Amino acid sequence: MADETRSGLDAVEEGPAASEDAESAASGAGTLAPEHPSVKALRARFGEAIHSHEVGCRGQHVVFVDAARSREILEWLRDDPDHHYQFLSDLTAVDYGGGRPLHVVYQLFSMTHHRSLRVKCVLPVTALEIDSVEPLWKTADWLEREVYDLFGIRFNGHPDLRRILMPENYAEGHPLRKDFPLRGRFSRAEQTRRALSQEVADFYIPEEMEIGRDPQVLGHEQDGDALPSGENA
Amino acid sequence: MSTKTVEFAVGRTPEMGVDSRPTYGPLAPIDLGEPDIGSEHMLINIGPQHPATHGVLRLVCELDGETVLRVIPHIGYLHSGFEKLGEYRSWNQVVPLTDRMDYLAPLIYNCAYVMSVEELMGIEVTERCKVVRVILMELDRIFGHLLFSGTWSIDVGAFTPFLYTFQEREKIYSLHESLTGARITTSATRVGGMMADLPEGWADACRKFVNELPRTLDQVDYLLATNGIHLGRTQDVGIISGEEAINYGFTGPNLRASGVPYDVRKDKPYYDYETYDFEVPIGEHGDCYDRFLVRMEEMRQSIRIINQALDRLPDGPINVEDPRISLPSKTDCMNDMESMIHHFKLITEGIHAPVGDSWFSVEASKGELGMYVVSDGGTKPVRWRVRPPSFVNLSVIPKLAEGHLMSDLIMINASLDIVLGEIDR
Repeated sequence: MADETRSGLDAVEEGPAASEDAESAASGAGTLAPEHPSVKALRARFGEAIHSHEVGCRGQHVVFVDAARSREILEWLRDDPDHHYQFLSDLTAVDYGGGRPLHVVYQLFSMTHHRSLRVKCVLPVTALEIDSVEPLWKTADWLEREVYDLFGIRFNGHPDLRRILMPENYAEGHPLRKDFPLRGRFSRAEQTRRALSQEVADFYIPEEMEIGRDPQVLGHEQDGDALPSGENA
Repeated sequence: MSTKTVEFAVGRTPEMGVDSRPTYGPLAPIDLGEPDIGSEHMLINIGPQHPATHGVLRLVCELDGETVLRVIPHIGYLHSGFEKLGEYRSWNQVVPLTDRMDYLAPLIYNCAYVMSVEELMGIEVTERCKVVRVILMELDRIFGHLLFSGTWSIDVGAFTPFLYTFQEREKIYSLHESLTGARITTSATRVGGMMADLPEGWADACRKFVNELPRTLDQVDYLLATNGIHLGRTQDVGIISGEEAINYGFTGPNLRASGVPYDVRKDKPYYDYETYDFEVPIGEHGDCYDRFLVRMEEMRQSIRIINQALDRLPDGPINVEDPRISLPSKTDCMNDMESMIHHFKLITEGIHAPVGDSWFSVEASKGELGMYVVSDGGTKPVRWRVRPPSFVNLSVIPKLAEGHLMSDLIMINASLDIVLGEIDR
C-alpha cells in the first residue's frame, strides 16, 4: 500500500484508495473452509446459479449467486424446512469503485437452526437491477428503498420504490456511490438555492396530495356550500 | 344539501339493567344542521418538529374522523451521511461517528463498531476489555430504556415517572463523564481496546448506581404498570404477531414483546454472554403494553449482568499489546525509538485491515444492531454499513397504526422506542 502514506486533510479529501484489482476486493481469503450445509444444498439444487462460496473472517460464510435468479434462491432459503432463513437481518450494497460491479448483500439468519448466511449478487454498473425481495420479507421494503436511494440500484417488483433518506427531488445522484464526491455534485450556492426554492407540494408525495380531495367535498363546493375552500388543500 | 345527523340518547333516562349497568333504549337521530363531512378523509401532518414524534420524524396520516386509515412516515431530516463520512476516515476515526447515531445509548454503538472491526482484523481483545465492554453496554441499555420509560409516560399523560427516570439517567451521564470526559458523545472505544481504562472508583460508583436503581424502577412500575389510564391506552394497541414481527424485521424488545425469544446475546453470544446468568423477558400479546413491560424487565436483567460483570472484572491490560493496533504508552514513546516509530505510523496512517468483509451484530437497546465493514486492505473502510434497529422497527408503523385512533398512533410510536439519529444516519 504505497499510496497509503497520505495523511491528515489530504487523505480526507481524496477518500479511500481503490484496491489494485477487482479480485482482491471481491474475495476474502480462505479456501480450506468448513462446508456450510445450506451452501451444499444450494449447489445441489441450483447448480450453475451458485457462483462461488467463500469463508471470510471468523467463519462467516458468503455465497455469490446469480442475480437473475436471486429471488428464487432466496425464497427457497426462506421456505425450505432444512434451512428456513426466516429472518432477513440486513440488506445492503457495496460499491468498490473504479467502475467495478456493485454487490447486493443479503444477510440471512435462521432462528430455527441458528445459522447465518450472507448471500451476495454481483451487478454490473451498466445494469443495476435486481428482483425485489419485499414479497418475501416485509423488512426489505425500507431496506431496498435505502439501497435504491443511496446506490441507485432498482428493485423490480418493489411496490413503492422512491427515495427514503434524501429528498424526493434530490438531483445530485446517489450519495454512497464511489464516484459521488463527499460534498455533493452541486456547489454550495446551488444547494442552498434549491433548498430555499422548495414549495409545499415538494414535501408531499402525489399519493398524499390526493387525500382530502374527496369527490364529495368537491361536490359541496359546487353546491355553493359554506365549506371553507382551504380545507381540501 | 345533506346535513349531519348524530345519534344521541338525549332526553332519555337510563334504566337499570340486570347487571346494574344503565341501559338505554334505541338512539334517536338528531339533525345537527351542519354539513355532513363524514366521508371526507383528512390529511394530518405530524412533525418533523413535534415532541410526540421523538425527534425529527414526520408522519403524514390519512384520517377518517379520528381513525387513522394510513400512515406514511417521512424520514431523512437528520441525514448526516455517516456511512459516507466513514469511508473517508481511518478505522479509529469512525468511532466518534458511531455515538452520534444512537445518542441515547452511545456506548453500545462504540462497542459494536469496534467489535465488527476486530472481527474483520482477527483481534482478540483482552479479558478485562471484554468485561468492561459488557458493563458499558448493559449500562447503556439501562440508559436507553430509562429514556424510553420517561418519554413513554409523558406520551401517556403521566409526568412524574419522567422526572424519576431522568434523575437516574443523570447518574449514568456522570458515569459516562468520569469514564470518557463526555456525557453523550462518549467515543470510548478504540480498535483493540478502550480509549482509557476505568478510572479509580468507577466500578464502585457503578455498583452503587445499579444497586439503587431498582428502587426507581419499582416506583415507575408502581405508577404505571397498574395505572388504569396507562392500561387503557396501551393494552391491545398496536398488536403484531410473532410471525409477522419476524417477517417485518422487528428486533429487540419489540420482537420479544410478541413472544419471540430472539436475543442476540443468547442466540449469537459474544463476549461470553453465555456465561452470565440472566433471562430474556418475552411478552405475550405483542401490544404496546407488553413492549413497555419487556423493557422494564430488561433493565432489571441488565442490573444482574452488571453485578456479575463487576464481580468478575479481572485485572490486567485493557488494550491488546500489538504495536500495529494499540498506541504505545507516552513514556515508551518518549524513550524508545521503536515505540516512537509505531506511534508515528499509527497516528499518520492508522491500522491496516486485511481484505475482506465482516458482518457483526450485538443486542443494542433498540434491537439487533448490525455492523458490516468491508476492507480492501487499506487503512479506511471501503464500506461501513450500519443495520439500524430503529430504522427497521419504524418501518412497521404504517401496519401497526392502521385502524387505530390518532392518540393510539402516538403510543405506538412511543412503544417502538426509536431514535432518529440512527434512522437517518
